[in-house]
Amino acid sequence: MYEIVKKRALHDTVTLMEVHAPAVARKAKPGQFIILRIDENGERIPLTIAGSDREKGTITIIFQKVGYTTKRLDFLNEGDSILDFVGPLGVASEFEGMKKVAVIGGGLGVAIAYPQAKALHDLGAEVDVIVGFRNTGLMILMDELRDASTNLFVMTDDGSNGHKGFVTNALEEQLKAGVQYDHVIAIGPLMMMKNVCNLTKEYNIPTIISMNPIMIDGTGMCGCCRVTVGGEMKFACVDGPDFDGHQVDWDEAIARGRMYRKEEQESMERHVCNLTGGVR
Amino acid sequence: MPNMNPKKLPAREQAPDVRNKNFDEVSQGYDEAMAMEEASRCLNCKHKPCVSGCPVNVRIPEFVQLVAAGKFMEAYEVITSTNGLPAICGRVCPQETQCESKCVRGIKGEPVGIGRLERFVADYAMSHGAKSAEPAAPNGKRVAIVGSGPAGLTCAGDLKKLGYDVTVFEALHTPGGVLVYGIPEFRLPKKLVRREISTLEAMGVKIETNMVIGRCISLDELLSDEGFDAVFVGSGAGLPRFQGIPGENLNGVYSANEFLTRINLMKAYSFPETDTPVQVGNAVAVVGGGNVAMDAARCAKRLGAEHVYIVYRRSEAEMPARVEEVHHAKEEGIVFKMLTNPTEILGDENGHVAGMTCVEMELGEPDASGRRRPVVKQGSEHNLDVQTVVIAIGNSPNPLIKNTTPGLDTQKWGGIIADEETGKTSKPFVYAGGDAVTGAATVILAMGAGKKAAAAIHAELSAK
Repeated sequence: MYEIVKKRALHDTVTLMEVHAPAVARKAKPGQFIILRIDENGERIPLTIAGSDREKGTITIIFQKVGYTTKRLDFLNEGDSILDFVGPLGVASEFEGMKKVAVIGGGLGVAIAYPQAKALHDLGAEVDVIVGFRNTGLMILMDELRDASTNLFVMTDDGSNGHKGFVTNALEEQLKAGVQYDHVIAIGPLMMMKNVCNLTKEYNIPTIISMNPIMIDGTGMCGCCRVTVGGEMKFACVDGPDFDGHQVDWDEAIARGRMYRKEEQESMERHVCNLTGGVR
Repeated sequence: MPNMNPKKLPAREQAPDVRNKNFDEVSQGYDEAMAMEEASRCLNCKHKPCVSGCPVNVRIPEFVQLVAAGKFMEAYEVITSTNGLPAICGRVCPQETQCESKCVRGIKGEPVGIGRLERFVADYAMSHGAKSAEPAAPNGKRVAIVGSGPAGLTCAGDLKKLGYDVTVFEALHTPGGVLVYGIPEFRLPKKLVRREISTLEAMGVKIETNMVIGRCISLDELLSDEGFDAVFVGSGAGLPRFQGIPGENLNGVYSANEFLTRINLMKAYSFPETDTPVQVGNAVAVVGGGNVAMDAARCAKRLGAEHVYIVYRRSEAEMPARVEEVHHAKEEGIVFKMLTNPTEILGDENGHVAGMTCVEMELGEPDASGRRRPVVKQGSEHNLDVQTVVIAIGNSPNPLIKNTTPGLDTQKWGGIIADEETGKTSKPFVYAGGDAVTGAATVILAMGAGKKAAAAIHAELSAK
């Protein structure tokens, strides 16, 4: 059992948890992920590691209450335990040779972009962080991002922070102004990552993205997380989750992400009591 | 006088049209009288050919004679002196190509039902309070086992009996490896696997789940930092192969590993009571001809698919699946499309499977494996109307250990190179066995490898 030692709502739909998992914390590096299972009948879901503390033996996860399992996870409180929590899985991110980087995060992806930005910042790279949210109410980790970046650009879909537009608009503005990035790292919804990649391809900037597909074991055994990269079949769990974004077959990845949408809805409707205490 | 009936006594079974709608065990085995009757067919040959056909050398005539005499608990002790997992072996071993293939009774009739007798003895002993063997006094030496499948569990049990402090590391949340994620409930009930594992735990074997060796702890660290004197790697053949044809990443295409893991380990057959779903359309094609393909097809049928096809590019004679499994599958209504090879999986506008294009094959000259090579029949292209495709054409060894262990020599195709007799690898104090070495094979061969490695580890560590 893995105890939840800290829980904090970042806003209405996004929660941060620190989970006591010393064996994971001892080895965790930016870019890696964990897989958890809440209880005996639970499904296994992958979540990217948002931070780790070796001394305390904890792993930080940040999740959005979108699916049945993440909604149930949010019902657990400090002192409660998660049945299974395994990691660190996947290949850690490579930062070799990165001197001036744009780190881009969208929505919940910002939680994952942050440790990347921080790692690069700590390595002495110049880091421009570009993040996007639907509105100001959904912003997360703003102080942390400010500390981990050279320049911070924050966009909102509705313009509620005075900067209306998508992360791609902000990135394009920098590129048009002649800013030279040696690498771009983009983490967020598939559509956002696809759009960033389309843009950086025009400017010929190597772009690393992080996939977060459906998984079961996370060790290469099931092949559920396969993604086409450069025309080849890759498994995100053992070959990734980071890939060259210009090589990813985005339309396929987007379709695969939708595979169990109907079943997800069925779970939520059936277990409405587990999720709301019976209130529809 | 031995019972000279030329036929093996059939075991009790659920009727095909009943069992293809449930996940309960197909075979109900023998009762006491049936076991004694079948055991009395054994001639108790002096040269014991059957024993040489068993990868873990169970003293077969000895235990069978005890069964014939009604001494079931004593029979259990004979079996477990060399086989730690008899309830499992009695169910999933390919006896027809091993012990039973050597049985003298098989020359002029059917061999003695050794597998069914082993299963009966194990089940009888478990329900009559069999005790686990007393391990030898602790010898102060520690061995780490990577993977809790049949190879790892056997190695762990044997070493524990010899007095070693044994820890098994399992990546998944439940121990058992392929016994829990791969082989379906109706062939191998999971409560039985749990019971065999608790027997090991009662003996003092420690099992740590959620531990991915190569990620949480490297193999080198097990020896250098964690204080283990030796390591046995039994990490299995966990990397599914695909065909490399267009459409394999469409929704509705599963590797057999994923399909079976969702159903067996994650209990998708109880969705939405359990949280992991699996999609099974009205028509399902399973590509491949091994036991895994049979398992996947029979699961699909049980989950409500009306049409389930086994699509195999050679003929039935070349199919690697056990005859019994093929027979069971056919009884349950699985349609065998032999000499058929898929060339493309077709998708609809949502990226979901909408059919599979196949060609017919004919058998040509024998290839390197000695089986006749299938060649495409001109103009035979046709469409198979399916919504789900399961690819069951085999696995490569899991690359995690290989990629994170410098100095561990592997074959080009990924298998760990290990001595056949001892399991010794290129790294000092590191042994390996099972599918991680051989590629996908059987439970019993993995157990045999675990057993040999345990003996070799004991020899090396006692000489140290």
